[in-house]
Amino acid sequence: MTTPLLEVADLGVAFTRKGEPDSVAVDGVSFDVQPGEIVGLVGESGCGKSVTSLAIMRLLPERGVRVTGSVRMEGTDLMTLSDSAMREKRGRDLSMVFQDPLSSLNPVIEIGLQVTEVLRRHRGLKKDAARREAAELLERVGIPDPRRRLDSYPHQLSGGMRQRVMIAIALACRPRLLIADEPTTALDVTIQAQILELLKELVADSGTALVMITHDLGVVAGLCDRVNVLYGGRIVERSERHRLFGTPRHPYTYGLLGSIPRLDAPPGEDLAAIRGSVNDNLPWAHACAFAPRCPRALERCSEVSPPPELAGGRFLRCHNPVPAEA
Amino acid sequence: MLRFVVRRLLQIVPTLFVLSLLLFAWLRLLPGGPAAALLGDKATPEKIAELNRVLGLDQPIPLQYFRYLGRSLTGDFGNSLISGDPVIDEIGRALPATLELAVAALLIAVVLGIPLGYVAARYRGRPLDTTTVIGTLVGVAVPVFFLGFLLKQWFAVDLGWFPPSGRQSVSIDATDVTGLAVFDGLLTREFDASWDALRHLVLPAIALATIPLAVITRITRASVLDVLGSDFVRTANSKGLAPGTVRGRHVLRNALLPVSTTIGLQTGLLLGGAVLTEKVFVWGGIGTLIAQGIERRDYPRLQAIVLLGAGVYVLVNLLVDLSYALIDPRVRLR
Repeated sequence: MTTPLLEVADLGVAFTRKGEPDSVAVDGVSFDVQPGEIVGLVGESGCGKSVTSLAIMRLLPERGVRVTGSVRMEGTDLMTLSDSAMREKRGRDLSMVFQDPLSSLNPVIEIGLQVTEVLRRHRGLKKDAARREAAELLERVGIPDPRRRLDSYPHQLSGGMRQRVMIAIALACRPRLLIADEPTTALDVTIQAQILELLKELVADSGTALVMITHDLGVVAGLCDRVNVLYGGRIVERSERHRLFGTPRHPYTYGLLGSIPRLDAPPGEDLAAIRGSVNDNLPWAHACAFAPRCPRALERCSEVSPPPELAGGRFLRCHNPVPAEA
Repeated sequence: MLRFVVRRLLQIVPTLFVLSLLLFAWLRLLPGGPAAALLGDKATPEKIAELNRVLGLDQPIPLQYFRYLGRSLTGDFGNSLISGDPVIDEIGRALPATLELAVAALLIAVVLGIPLGYVAARYRGRPLDTTTVIGTLVGVAVPVFFLGFLLKQWFAVDLGWFPPSGRQSVSIDATDVTGLAVFDGLLTREFDASWDALRHLVLPAIALATIPLAVITRITRASVLDVLGSDFVRTANSKGLAPGTVRGRHVLRNALLPVSTTIGLQTGLLLGGAVLTEKVFVWGGIGTLIAQGIERRDYPRLQAIVLLGAGVYVLVNLLVDLSYALIDPRVRLR
């Protein structure tokens, strides 16, 4: 393996409030991303995937949040950079696409300025050159009549077009890493596939590595090289995509895959569901957080925290994994 | 855009009509009446009845109203019962004084309020913010006349920094052009007159500005905090933009929307504050006319002034709506 582009090591994020116990959102997450690779970060709402991405970008609010661990990008620890050095990197070396393109674009500023401001900031382009480049970027993300669109406001575009604009902004400076946080969740299904296809194409063209954050295993299946499954702020399973989908070992991954509706299922069959909710989670410190919801839970699952294991290129955190040939 | 403005201006007509009706009825429901007030100690039931007949106040109220309405449509709002002059002339003489005071107060409130609210939001939870929050609470709570008396006592009587009352020193021989004393001085190059008028203006303007200043500061603070937490500010930060660009381009413009509404509402409320401020500082503007008019039940004068106030209020809010369209492209004026 080459040197990783991004190395997240033991990342922890806790929200602190005076007079209340800290609320731990991310609890020792470690993963890496190789140059040009597409890595999935999968989990249900509240598992810490968005917080992880914001922590990598250092976009979490400064007050009331405690971030621990390290995030190394090409050897530089982003966590220890000065604010201004981090601003130099954001938008240029690593950038981000957010979930809701309508609220993520400034409603009172033309699209053109929202694209050109990042070009002028990091590539030092003059006004006219930046405008020409912005039109080209919009064209590349598939926006028709890009020159005219530069003068449009976000509310004049459709949801899919807005997300294309967000992608154009994020890729404007050809970053080496793009983090996409549920980029298709706010879009309707027909548009979702187009946006995913576009992302895949663009990162392949520019050699940008992509961290895809999603709750949708369907998105992961068509896109990612490797997949991290997050539960309760920790990675419970990580594997290469085909292996993960073929033989899921963690009962949570297994449950997630089982809850995908299938066209070849017999009619009338109930969709499998994972019982309970994240509210039932046990603390990782002395248990497996998933134990109360786990169909394979043993007694020690709620007594001893399962240690991380690495076997056959698969990372697993489980006392009683699903047998490989299940 | 033009159609919007014209339509909104036409809306003033029914607004003023309904208001005039309510006002007319309400004034006549007040205990006592102009006759009793004018006659004072010498009032006897016979004399009051006599005077009411002369003033036409013995007629049925609906009839009085229709006569009044008919006359006001021709621009005749009647004569003041106190001075005997046409109320239009009275208002014309007093308006510049109040206008000067109100504009000065509003300038203070806007020019200080927006930056103050912005800075408080930026340093949320720090001493500067806490001080601002408490200070603006006090500012809203202190009655205008009380603050007026305090300012006058401290800065005019005790310290002697500013004149205690009036609009211009008697010794100054100023040329009157528009009636706006500070402005006239600049216009005619009588800078000493301008300076003198400005010194007279300071204390009353501060007294009148306090409440709008406090309200504008609070709304700006809340609005900026709201915008700071929005997704597009996070996007702006994810682009690595300089903090100044994020604030100026992305935060402030969005935060100004609620502030402009507040400025409009506060402008409407200034008239009420002006009555008290003018009383304390013997300012001799519209506020003084109102105060006298209420004491002496001067129906024609009060009717005309309140209608004027309402007209100004509607116009100011039209300006606010226009400013909305300037700031926010999503607002379409139809």
